[in-house]
Amino acid sequence: MTAPIISVQRVSKTFGRGAGMTHALEDVSLETQPEEFVSIIGPSGCGKSTLLRIVGDLVEPSAGTVAVKGKSPHQARLDRDYGIVFQTPVLYEWRTVLRNVELPLEIMGRPRAEWDGRAEAMLQMVGLKAFQQHYPWQLSGGMQQRVAIARALVFNPSILLMDEPFGALDEMTRERMNLELMNIWSQTSATVLFITHSIPEAVFLSSRVMVMSPRPGRIERTIMIDLPRPRTAQTRLVPRFFELVTAVREGLREDPAVAAGHDFVEEPV
Amino acid sequence: MARTDSIAAPDRVPVPLRRGIWRFLLSASVIVMIAIIWEAAKTLFAIPAYKLPHIYEIAGEFLRRGNQGELWLGIFAQNAAYTAWEALVGFLLGGTVGLGLAVTFAHSRLLERGLLPYVIASQTVPILAIAPMVILWLGTSWFSKSVIAAYLTFFPVTINMLRGFKSVDPDALSLMRALAAAPRQVFLKLQFPAALPYLFTALRISATASVIGAIVGELPVGSRYGMGVVIITAAQYNTWRSSNLWAAIIVSASIGIVFYHVVATIERRIVRWRPADAEGQTA
Amino acid sequence: MATVGAVEPGHRGRTMVQEYLPAVVVFITAIALWEAFVFVFKIQFYLLPAPHVIIQTFRGQAPIIIEAGLYTFHEALVGYGVGCGLGVLAAMAASRAPGFADLVLPYAIASASVPIIALAPVAIVWFGIDQGSKIAIVTLMTFFPMFISTLRGLLSVPPQSLELMRSYAASDGQVFLKLRLPASLPYMFNALKVGTTLAMIGAVVSEYFGGRFKSLGVYIVSNASLIRTREAWSGILVACALSLTFYLVVVLVERLVMPWHTSTRKA
Repeated sequence: MTAPIISVQRVSKTFGRGAGMTHALEDVSLETQPEEFVSIIGPSGCGKSTLLRIVGDLVEPSAGTVAVKGKSPHQARLDRDYGIVFQTPVLYEWRTVLRNVELPLEIMGRPRAEWDGRAEAMLQMVGLKAFQQHYPWQLSGGMQQRVAIARALVFNPSILLMDEPFGALDEMTRERMNLELMNIWSQTSATVLFITHSIPEAVFLSSRVMVMSPRPGRIERTIMIDLPRPRTAQTRLVPRFFELVTAVREGLREDPAVAAGHDFVEEPV
Repeated sequence: MARTDSIAAPDRVPVPLRRGIWRFLLSASVIVMIAIIWEAAKTLFAIPAYKLPHIYEIAGEFLRRGNQGELWLGIFAQNAAYTAWEALVGFLLGGTVGLGLAVTFAHSRLLERGLLPYVIASQTVPILAIAPMVILWLGTSWFSKSVIAAYLTFFPVTINMLRGFKSVDPDALSLMRALAAAPRQVFLKLQFPAALPYLFTALRISATASVIGAIVGELPVGSRYGMGVVIITAAQYNTWRSSNLWAAIIVSASIGIVFYHVVATIERRIVRWRPADAEGQTA
Repeated sequence: MATVGAVEPGHRGRTMVQEYLPAVVVFITAIALWEAFVFVFKIQFYLLPAPHVIIQTFRGQAPIIIEAGLYTFHEALVGYGVGCGLGVLAAMAASRAPGFADLVLPYAIASASVPIIALAPVAIVWFGIDQGSKIAIVTLMTFFPMFISTLRGLLSVPPQSLELMRSYAASDGQVFLKLRLPASLPYMFNALKVGTTLAMIGAVVSEYFGGRFKSLGVYIVSNASLIRTREAWSGILVACALSLTFYLVVVLVERLVMPWHTSTRKA
């Protein structure tokens, strides 16, 4: 076994103090191998986003340790190891599509000469080359999210953190985006940590699915996804796909809170 | 968007109280600081009285007796009341007209296209330049000042209310349609309440504008009462009694601040379902 | 789904007509009604001169009025530049210390309820009866809206946009230049637009308190008090034209600088 890319050891996170204290995460451990695609699935409010934020050094853990490529998350961030995609595209509305994708290159101070059409190539990859001079508002939600993915990948980060990136899209668009993501990912060598609450999405994309329980967030079980790659539209039709979907669903069911009928209750935001 | 897991619940009870005390202390300290800087600058740079009087001189101005032996406190109060009355009438007049225009525009795209550009242009015009004309038409009575105040007041109301009417959630409109609500019901039960927060944002701006309008309306020749007249007169005697001018300015400022806070207080009473946005969208 | 919104030119042409025709019609009708009203009711010219009379007077007085107008506009423009510039700088400084910003913001907002015009006589004592005092008043009037708007813009950047910058390990300077500043442009332009009006009002009205005869404020007021209504109206005409132009120029700049913004998009 090679050294893990992301190593989370016994991490806990609490928000607030006293009576209002919330246990977002409790004693969570996970490891990801190079070029692995790991999904974390769980109902809303189970702390899965918090876990991703801790890995990405956007939130500090209350206890436990995190190592990214053998470094602290802070150092990894300074080394520009992370590409991030949020649930919303978070495009800068004053920049054209192309300039949005170029943003990380600008920030990281890479000389323009070395950009070498990378941003254009990324847009080509997500199928938006024709829209590079458009402004974000001129694109649909799915297209905007594709721009966000292109932006996350443009500087070749070794780790891609995706926080429910397709959560706001309709089912059909989501499935198409899943396919495209597989396509794009196969052309990169990034390790992906993917947060979702869609079971078929997790199964379709991942090498491993980790099931989280809510309040406090804990990783209940891990399900290996042994579907062959490359994954295509056909993948969704094979019996093994359905078996794995069922397995993940069972995994979520066994959680006592969920079994009591609070199946995917949306938390008030 | 903010559906991250930061469900941090603040410890409720003591916070508002503590903040209240803090706020008060901060406000008090800022005022004290301004006073210190004022007096320090005066001493340090030897600023003469006609440019900057002592604070106690300004305070003393209220207790001084005027030519006819009456207290300046009384003179200020009388003129301030006069200006406040003009401003209040102007505020109500402007608010009504502004609201009427907004309702009209909300119902007719054609009228909106035809008239809205002029409503906007009306404010880019230094209307105060027209003040002398208004006084020529309506005389030097208090009402002419109210009309000038109303001119400055109606605009924020029209613009904000129009924005408010248009901000109604389309789904809420569909719901009304599904209930087969009459247009009047849709307006009264949905659009108007939805636009209320916008109305108050506008009224806060208008409250101030009405005071400015009233004071400026008093500036042209022929007016006899009001803070505008007091300021102009004080300005002429400034060289030997600058504290009088400063006192007049402070009184005028107070009218504006009081107006603003009255509206803000009414707003807190009425618009309870929504945290008052301290924002105040201008323009 | 709101995809690609490029409207074909023919369609756009029609909407232009639909958009602006009613306004043009209103303008022409209003002028015609004004003329007719004065003519039919034989309104005394000192109460309300007919539009063509105002234009005639303006023609005769043009050199004086335009000189006065430019003199006043100069005050407005300089004060506007200084006030808005200082407003932006102060907001930038305040945004570096959000605690401090929280402390000053309520006072800045309260200052909006103070009739700054009332300070005009004091400004004359401090900065002289000529342009200095007027510029000072305009500066003060435009400073606070600019300060408040810019500060609000700088502080209201969506948290996820900031997280994105953080994930790139962007420096503070980069966050400012590439995120906070462009994100607050719409706020700043709001204040810049309001400021044009405030600047003209500030300049004209502070001239009421005394100033050179060849300034717009003094020209209007002195003619009005002599019941030389036609002259006063042609002065008002110039004041309107100047401030409308000022406003429209800022709107134009806004469109050029922010082609991406909601207010610029075709509905």
